[in-house]
Amino acid sequence: MEFIQTIFANELFVAVLLSIIPLIFIIVYALVVLYTEMKVAAHIQDRVAYMRTGWHGVLQPIADMLKLLQKEDIIPAHADKLLFRMAPFIAFVGTYAAYAVLPFSSIFIGSNINLGAFFLVAVGSLVVVGILMAGWASNNKWSLFGGVRSAAQMISYEIPTALAIIIAVMITGSLNLQEVTKFQDGGIGNWVIFGGPLPWNQKLMVMPFTIITFFIMFVASIAEVNRTPFDLPEAESELVQGFNTEYSGMRFAMFYLSEYANLFTVSAVVVALFLGGWSSPFGSLMSGPVWGIFWFVAKAYIFVFIQIWVRWTLPRLRVDQLMYVSWKVLTPWLFFCLLAVGLILVI
Amino acid sequence: MLQPPTLPTNYTVKHGHIKTSTGKTIRSEEMIVNMGPQHPSTHGVLRLEIVVDGEIIVDCIPHIGYLHRCFEKHCEHMTNYQQVIPYADRMDYCSAMTNEWAFALAAERLLKIEVPERVEYIRVIMAELQRIASHLIAVGTYGIDSGAFTPFLYTFIDREKILDLFEMTCGARLLYNYIWIGGLSHDLPPRFIDQAKEFVTYFRPRIKMLNDLLTYNEIFVKRTANVGVLPKEVAINYAVSGPQLRGSGVNWDLRRDDPYGVYHKLQWEPQIGKGEMGTVGDCWDRHIVRMREMEQSLNIIEQSLAVLPEGNVQAALPKRIRPEKDAEVYVRTEASRGELGYYIVSDGTASPFRVKARGPAFVNLSVLPEIARGSMIADLVLTAGSIDIVLGEVDR
Amino acid sequence: MKKAMTPQEIQDILKTKFGDAIIEAKLDAPQPWIRIAPDKTKEICFFLRDTDTIQFDYLSCLSGMDYNNGTLGVVYHLASMVHRHKIVLKTQCTKETLHIQSVSAVWGTANWHEREAFDLYGIVFDEHPDLRRLLLPDDWEGHPLRKDYKVQEFYHGMKVPY
Repeated sequence: MEFIQTIFANELFVAVLLSIIPLIFIIVYALVVLYTEMKVAAHIQDRVAYMRTGWHGVLQPIADMLKLLQKEDIIPAHADKLLFRMAPFIAFVGTYAAYAVLPFSSIFIGSNINLGAFFLVAVGSLVVVGILMAGWASNNKWSLFGGVRSAAQMISYEIPTALAIIIAVMITGSLNLQEVTKFQDGGIGNWVIFGGPLPWNQKLMVMPFTIITFFIMFVASIAEVNRTPFDLPEAESELVQGFNTEYSGMRFAMFYLSEYANLFTVSAVVVALFLGGWSSPFGSLMSGPVWGIFWFVAKAYIFVFIQIWVRWTLPRLRVDQLMYVSWKVLTPWLFFCLLAVGLILVI
Repeated sequence: MLQPPTLPTNYTVKHGHIKTSTGKTIRSEEMIVNMGPQHPSTHGVLRLEIVVDGEIIVDCIPHIGYLHRCFEKHCEHMTNYQQVIPYADRMDYCSAMTNEWAFALAAERLLKIEVPERVEYIRVIMAELQRIASHLIAVGTYGIDSGAFTPFLYTFIDREKILDLFEMTCGARLLYNYIWIGGLSHDLPPRFIDQAKEFVTYFRPRIKMLNDLLTYNEIFVKRTANVGVLPKEVAINYAVSGPQLRGSGVNWDLRRDDPYGVYHKLQWEPQIGKGEMGTVGDCWDRHIVRMREMEQSLNIIEQSLAVLPEGNVQAALPKRIRPEKDAEVYVRTEASRGELGYYIVSDGTASPFRVKARGPAFVNLSVLPEIARGSMIADLVLTAGSIDIVLGEVDR
Repeated sequence: MKKAMTPQEIQDILKTKFGDAIIEAKLDAPQPWIRIAPDKTKEICFFLRDTDTIQFDYLSCLSGMDYNNGTLGVVYHLASMVHRHKIVLKTQCTKETLHIQSVSAVWGTANWHEREAFDLYGIVFDEHPDLRRLLLPDDWEGHPLRKDYKVQEFYHGMKVPY
């Protein structure tokens, strides 16, 4: 980042450039993950999808994008026009702002602020606002149900997410995601999930708790993204698409885009905090600034794949069971882990 | 024109008041929502008008009739009893063989015709294959209702094999016009018995796979156990039948208790719900009864294929089927969804005077308001799914 | 103790208790039936359901009928899960006096069956909790399964006869 700044003296220009790069990444990534989701879903369900456009359908996501772009923009007659139009963009803004603090590589991070993790949690709440707006503005009782449920769910699951982040931060000692990743540099043994670069006796004691924390964070992040098994607000058989019902064409595409972008965001956060971010698992082999991007994206992508896999396998939880899991299962376990890790680090 | 008596059909929404901590009261209201005729996880065109208080259902009023095709009026204008069979097919289109058999049985009892034994065995084989196919649809769509999209495609792969068997025999995949009064329309093709035996060996492990994937999945159990509990007394009072009745713990199966066909010569057991994962009569019980019934059907098919006798597939029928005047009969059979009954009244001519079709889904659906009160909206979806309705049968 | 009763025994018990309400019976038909008075159906059915030796707890089917001689009727097919016997009950009413007492208090399933009979035949069931049309639209004119039914010309501006 400093390298780029030395070339272009104009700060505003640099800022704009740095914010466009993740946007391009999101768009390219969205096409790739769309293809992945359809193909993975198809193979799990013992069928093949998308075989005609291009070799095995690789050009299909482009066709899907073109289709969505040229669709008629329908706004229900009694919908709240301003909120209806704003909602998809607010949801996307909430997701996209999180990309500012993701450490793609040792030399590239959108904004190297000292409160990276805190910023993430704060900005992620903007998505809730967007969804609530969509549910309310659609003037449709079922969308309202979906929006309200989604709001309750996402707010509840921010607690486990934040607690898990705290645990990782306790071990690494900094809220700055770039620092956290640098802390874990040096091979797979240094990753926080395996206890971080601590002396081996502390590490052995901390390891079970960090593994539990990692799993809980992963589960909570699936709930944050509204994916099955937590997708009650969205794909319920009674709410056609939940808060999405009245949206068509490009607005629908914005919600979809923000859902996929969110998928990557939460996977990337999990990877950055627990699995070493852009550092290579082999220590100095295959490491470097450009390799960093590869490792980061690859690790995050594995978790995106796992989330897709889980979506097509498991049924969905009911709303009160969702809340039960969050408040009565995940949060107490995380408090326990927090206490344990804190004690181990102090002693 | 006759006006119905004025009765409370419009639900008056109750208002409540919630006291806040500052002493002010907020007005709260129940909401009337429509789970409209078009459902995403569609069981057909059924409209459920639900009165909700937050997420809890206060009342649920089903509105049916969107698929009413005047089956009974058509029957009165047929020129022949045989002509009714294609119409009977189309009532419960997921389970057509059982519809045809019930009507053919009723007509045969009216005319006092005996069918050859080969016909009886083939009818049993077809009905049990049809029962498996229908339960596969029920199980698959139930998975989608609960959010698991994958079992649906697995069940449809198995169902394709059954439909191949049907297509081989009578040329049709869904609506067969195969079981005629006095016999069958075609005899079995030569490859049928081998292919059916292959299907039996192929399908048995698939039931276990479906159980592992869906039935015993922790999340599915949590969603369906203790949900939509139908107590035994309510079930009998509402004349519920089929897997729904057996799921409530009542040991009643018309194949054994009101025998027809050759079921009494074969070894099989009706499956009862025992409340293994929750209460007796919850949605999980109905689901597991259907899964186990599929296995029992496989046993029946296997045994029938082994002892299939040779013979004719058409009994000697008079040229014009003309029952006696004022003869009437009510025959009930165990269709995939429960007790399918036909009440035929004849007036001595070649067309029926009155045919009443008692569809099991019609009666099973009427119990939905009773068991849905007090549950949540998400539970209502699963409860309605576990009743396994086909709107063609509800509306006729 | 489970014991199936013959139709003759059932008719005798009913006649001793209800006398005139039992109008006629045909017990030698393959499915024997007993005709009862239309204003006493609920009492008789309560009796049939609650008496321990009879216990008709399952109402298999309730069908409306048009006898084509100016009378409408209802046919009840009852079964007992406990004693394993069956009986058929019939009632009749004319096209002017369309009232038959409802049995929906006895068996919950009669609720929808009677609504259907009202919808398709126009028989009014007294004391039914919610008698309105079931299968046809609420503002349809006429009762289609009657033998003298003429389909209406227009329904909401759509031409009905094909």
